[in-house]
Amino acid sequence: MKHRLSEFVVGALFGFGLLISGMTNPAKVVGFLDIAGTWDPSLAFVMGGAIAVAIGAFAIAKRRTKDFFGGDMRWPTATRIDTRLVLGSIAFGAGWGLAGFCPGPALVSLAAGVPKAFLFVVSMLVGMALFEIIERRLGKQF
Amino acid sequence: MNLDWNSFTPESALAGGVILGLASALFILINGRILGISGIIGGLFRPRAGDIAWRIAFLLGLLSSPIIFGLWTTLPDARVDADWPTVGIAGLLVGIGTRYGAGCTSGHGVCGLSRLSPRSMIATLSFMAAGFLTVYALRHLAGAA
Repeated sequence: MKHRLSEFVVGALFGFGLLISGMTNPAKVVGFLDIAGTWDPSLAFVMGGAIAVAIGAFAIAKRRTKDFFGGDMRWPTATRIDTRLVLGSIAFGAGWGLAGFCPGPALVSLAAGVPKAFLFVVSMLVGMALFEIIERRLGKQF
Repeated sequence: MNLDWNSFTPESALAGGVILGLASALFILINGRILGISGIIGGLFRPRAGDIAWRIAFLLGLLSSPIIFGLWTTLPDARVDADWPTVGIAGLLVGIGTRYGAGCTSGHGVCGLSRLSPRSMIATLSFMAAGFLTVYALRHLAGAA
């Protein structure tokens, strides 16, 4: 139960961070991505603030063998830089630029009752399901 | 380069960023996991015993955040300029792209860069570049706006 509570609280805290930072406003996200227009560099401060805090925590976490509850540390195991990683990330970035939503802010805006966030999240889930279907049919061909 | 001083909000951006970093720090230290939204959702498509409840608990927390936040202050604006078809296409690209790319702004951008992962650096550079180019193409090449 303490696990579930901590996960819930961290999820809510992350949502507060997104709301306060401006990341949940697609117009602001697109304003950040529009370097050639009148540029709003605010979101660079979001990334800067987040990394400034997290970089120390990850340095500590790397030296630990167990989490706070005594469970195993689940580090990502993939290390290969391949076509999947780059093309997938490019597709993600294109979608991010088109609408101004990335996954976390889209979920927060969905819960806040933003109508287009609902369509975005449904489409995103369809995209994730498509990935699973393609993976199972074709395997990792690229 | 022209800066949009009217929209520029460095204080709240920094404060929000610090909270995002704090949440990511707590998640790895307390729960031993990377806080990556697309990965947390994506794992639900491959349900394995003992690997579902934590995802649901986290996502419920995230979904509760605007409701809790709204109890003590008004929610910030969320203005979507893209039309409905574009939003639909964008969602598809984000869904399939984050799964092939194995992460999004949180997992690669915050956690990955903070743990100095070369893979996440390449992913972050790729999606940032694609984001900048997409907005450039839409706003300055397509003749829109």
